[in-house]
Amino acid sequence: MLSDKDRIFKNLYGDLGADLKSAKARGDWKDTNKILARGHDEIIAEVKASGLRGRGGAGFPPGVKWSFMPKESSKPSYLVINADESEPGTCKDREILRHEPHKLIEGALIAGFAMRAHRAFIYVRGEFYNEGLALMKAIDEAYAAGFLGKNACGSGWDFDITVHRGAGAYICGEETALLNSLEGKRGMPRNKPPFPAMAGLYDCPTTINNVETISVVSTIMRKGAKWFSSFGREGNTGTKLFCISGHVNNPCTVEEEMGIPMRTLIEKHAGGVKGGWDNLLAVIPGGSSCPCLPKDICETVKMDYDGLKEAGSSFGTGGVIVMDKSTDIIEAICRLSKFYKHESCGQCTPCREGTGWVLRIMERMVKGDAEIHEIDQLWDITKQMEGKTICALADAAAWPVQGLIRHFRAEIEERINSYKQSLKQEGAA
Amino acid sequence: MPKLTINGIEVEVEKGTTVLQACEMIGIEVPRFCYHEKLAIVANCRMCLVEQKGAPKPVPSCHSLCVDNMEIETDTPAVRQARQSVMEFMLANHPLDCPICDQGGECDLQDQAFAYGYDRGRFHESKRAVVNKEFGPLIKTVMTRCIHCTRCIRFGEDIAGVPQLGLVGRGEDAEVSTFVGEAINSELSGNMVDVCPVGALTNKPYAFTARSWELTKTDSIDVLDAVGSAIRIDSRDGKVMRVLPNRNEDINEVWISDKTRHACDGLSVNRITEPHIRVKGKLKPVSWDKAFKTIADKLSGLDGKQMAALAGNQADCESILALKDLMTAYDCPNLDCRIDGADYDVSERCGYIMNTPILQIEQADAILLVGTFLRHEATMINARIRKAWFKRKIPIGVIGDADLDYTYPVTALGNDASVLEDLAKGKGDFAKVLAASGKAMIIVGAGALARKDGAAIQSVCRVIAEKYGMLDKAWNGFNVLQTAAARVGALDLGFVPQKGGKGFADIVKQCHKGAVSFLYLLGVDNTDLTRKELGDDAFVVYQGTHFDYGAELADVVLPGAAYSEKTATYINTEGRPQRTHAAVKPPEQAKEDWKIIRALSGIVDKTLPYNAIEELWERLIKQLPQVKEMGKIVMPPWKEFGKKGNVDKTPFTPVFDNYYQTCPISRASLVMAQCQEQFGPPVKPVKAAGKGGKK
Repeated sequence: MLSDKDRIFKNLYGDLGADLKSAKARGDWKDTNKILARGHDEIIAEVKASGLRGRGGAGFPPGVKWSFMPKESSKPSYLVINADESEPGTCKDREILRHEPHKLIEGALIAGFAMRAHRAFIYVRGEFYNEGLALMKAIDEAYAAGFLGKNACGSGWDFDITVHRGAGAYICGEETALLNSLEGKRGMPRNKPPFPAMAGLYDCPTTINNVETISVVSTIMRKGAKWFSSFGREGNTGTKLFCISGHVNNPCTVEEEMGIPMRTLIEKHAGGVKGGWDNLLAVIPGGSSCPCLPKDICETVKMDYDGLKEAGSSFGTGGVIVMDKSTDIIEAICRLSKFYKHESCGQCTPCREGTGWVLRIMERMVKGDAEIHEIDQLWDITKQMEGKTICALADAAAWPVQGLIRHFRAEIEERINSYKQSLKQEGAA
Repeated sequence: MPKLTINGIEVEVEKGTTVLQACEMIGIEVPRFCYHEKLAIVANCRMCLVEQKGAPKPVPSCHSLCVDNMEIETDTPAVRQARQSVMEFMLANHPLDCPICDQGGECDLQDQAFAYGYDRGRFHESKRAVVNKEFGPLIKTVMTRCIHCTRCIRFGEDIAGVPQLGLVGRGEDAEVSTFVGEAINSELSGNMVDVCPVGALTNKPYAFTARSWELTKTDSIDVLDAVGSAIRIDSRDGKVMRVLPNRNEDINEVWISDKTRHACDGLSVNRITEPHIRVKGKLKPVSWDKAFKTIADKLSGLDGKQMAALAGNQADCESILALKDLMTAYDCPNLDCRIDGADYDVSERCGYIMNTPILQIEQADAILLVGTFLRHEATMINARIRKAWFKRKIPIGVIGDADLDYTYPVTALGNDASVLEDLAKGKGDFAKVLAASGKAMIIVGAGALARKDGAAIQSVCRVIAEKYGMLDKAWNGFNVLQTAAARVGALDLGFVPQKGGKGFADIVKQCHKGAVSFLYLLGVDNTDLTRKELGDDAFVVYQGTHFDYGAELADVVLPGAAYSEKTATYINTEGRPQRTHAAVKPPEQAKEDWKIIRALSGIVDKTLPYNAIEELWERLIKQLPQVKEMGKIVMPPWKEFGKKGNVDKTPFTPVFDNYYQTCPISRASLVMAQCQEQFGPPVKPVKAAGKGGKK
């Protein structure tokens, strides 16, 4: 278990104050100019050495991402911070925005400096009204203290931050759709290449990072890559915010070491599964798009990128959704299918048509109004959706259903059979 | 130049080529829906997925640029499976109503489903139904068939410059729609039907009239404006059913204007099908013999000076030449083809054609439009200017009405010809723009030259062209935009007042005075000309296609052939000779126009020396060497032309206040009337008879 002194986000629960003074007391903004004085490339090298992987879901190392940015360009470079946290089961960025905004702002300055950007845009989810206010208040404080703006922190580097509010579309959390939305266009993902580092916001070199990724940068720079990589295991280093929701006694967001066993995470921090561990049915380990895992896998699985990948799921954003045996797992997954159908932007054929098709079959499966062979057909359809679209929303819609079929096929079959039985009885009556 | 292998075949392609294009080059077919060579690439249909070695997922070939050492496979089990999957999703919510769909037989979805789809469906849920949209009189919508390829949206935004279409709603519920239910108001809207790969947008006037496989297809050119777009005339049982664009990169690329496409119903309405003579004020059908005899009787004893001939806007080179030969046999000097009353200098060819080929507009780096609203006067040229602007945001200055929507932003320089004089002196901001550009163009509208001060405007525009270096070996930026298909041909053939002859306005006056007592109108349908102006004594022969303004004036009416009914030569505004091809026969007793004149010449004992079209062509080539090779432009040398004079401050007005009805064919068209009603400005009240005078 992570000891308190090693926590990056000491005010995760808001009891120490989010204002500049309190943040400084926790060590934020201390000698930021010295960090910047180490130069663009050394910061990138340090972040690379820490083994930090992107906390937004895909897990791409930010240090590597930053190094794609051009060192010289006729166009301005931009840092865009993705605060459009919309993945069901995930609520970590919200805690940072409202309780640790200075970590984010300082991280933005350091990261922006490292990639030679003079401006950062923070795209805040529309529903995060108060969180947006808290962030803007903190930005005002930072400007007033001279930490932002011209000659930020006395480093000689000009840096500005613009906050932009989204309108509540899930797809606008996809990085290129976010850029389109930021430009005032319809929030639809762009084709890659060109990658944002070449042509992103307003066709300028752009890096998009998650809030949590940026927020840990200042601590990594202070405490060093070695300190950060001493947590977790290779390729999965550092600490991470986990959001535990669902059928647990104490749903919470908590910072923990990467690779912590899922069972430990749930029992130590979330007060355990309601009705005890044996009452566990399944866990969606990384936010709604990750395939669910049945209890036997949950016993041993480690919470990090590789651990969950080996288990046939995905680490995602670290949003752990716990379901006990009172859950109708088919209906639960069906609800996710409905979500993804609703949030599909409609651009690519497999996603536009596939999400609706999957939902319709799932709705019948919930009742049992289906044929056994349709389970294989459903599997096939989700496989057909996968990897054929511009962004990963189709994959995100396909995986929960695949997880369901992989681990709970028996339940679906039973539902179908009992529905048939009930029809027969009705007919007989 | 990147080298890559596609299915094991090594190919070297130009930089910037996409994988899909590379596949096409070596004859590998890649199915696609959203990709269209002339539109922006969006890669959203996902039909063109191919396998790229080293890539974790299949890649959309339309969006992937060829790079060195790329290895592409287009026919592996994974690719086939991907295509089948996408096709299955595509068809899931498609109504599959091919038997009642006008797209049937020429439908991309149908063809590709046949080639790449599964042989049966697995989608047994309720299908999506989408409410049809009202897009106006030209586009019929069955939106349930839409596959969301967004080609129509991109066409509207990029090519036509009317961003009226867009996607509303998300995901499965996304629909293509206009902004709050408006109709699509563009002169290019018909092309949206062409780009639609399915039957969501279809040709409304053509709906349910024919199946594509029943049609006879004839390649031809359009004569409803002076651009000469390449078209395909589809006919069945001797009737023109529809007109479609043909590819001609030099002129219209793959688009045509709505008038070109949709005026074709006018070809079978209100036609002159037999000769007529006027008896007691009414036209009465007669035999050819009787009609010719009436003319011959009138001609006998007349002196050439007492005759006059005018050639109209859609007359072909053959008949113009024949008519000129006939009138020359009588020593008649009173010839003119500029029935808009223009009187500028036409002694040099470079002074009345578009010297910049349409294709080269794309290279222009500054354009000055003088008294021309190209969107209506030459839709395809306007589209090309928009393309140039869209690519490179070139400055475009307008002397004329700059409040009109040109589909690209323009700099208003003032609506008055004195601005030209300022420019010629180097005054004004736009003078700096022109001075800084290497390939500038000036386009003078036919309307500007038809004014009283037309000759002076032509002259000052030449000065501007010379002053700003618009002329060098590879570039000639001086352009006169003609609006009549016949005009350049007629001017080339010298169908203008001969020595001692009168021009259009004077001919009309001479008719009234009685000095000219025989007037031959070859397809002259001038909306401004009234019988009152010609006087009662003049004997007027009208040869043409429709009972329109010209027939109204005539004492004898001879039925000619429309462009769809004859093989005839036209020279477009660039000076490019092209030939129409007869798709159907002229109706009933109507004849090809040159034959009528040839027959008449025999009856009046002035027999013209050609009996077959080939002989006439020989004579035509002798007269105009530039007609020898069809489709090729012969650039005229730059020579002195123009008459110096004073320009006046009258504002420029557009040539057409009604885009949709500009010629006998389009005026006869019901579809064009519907368009005028929906999109056009209110029709002006008809001039009271007798009071009318020339503008």
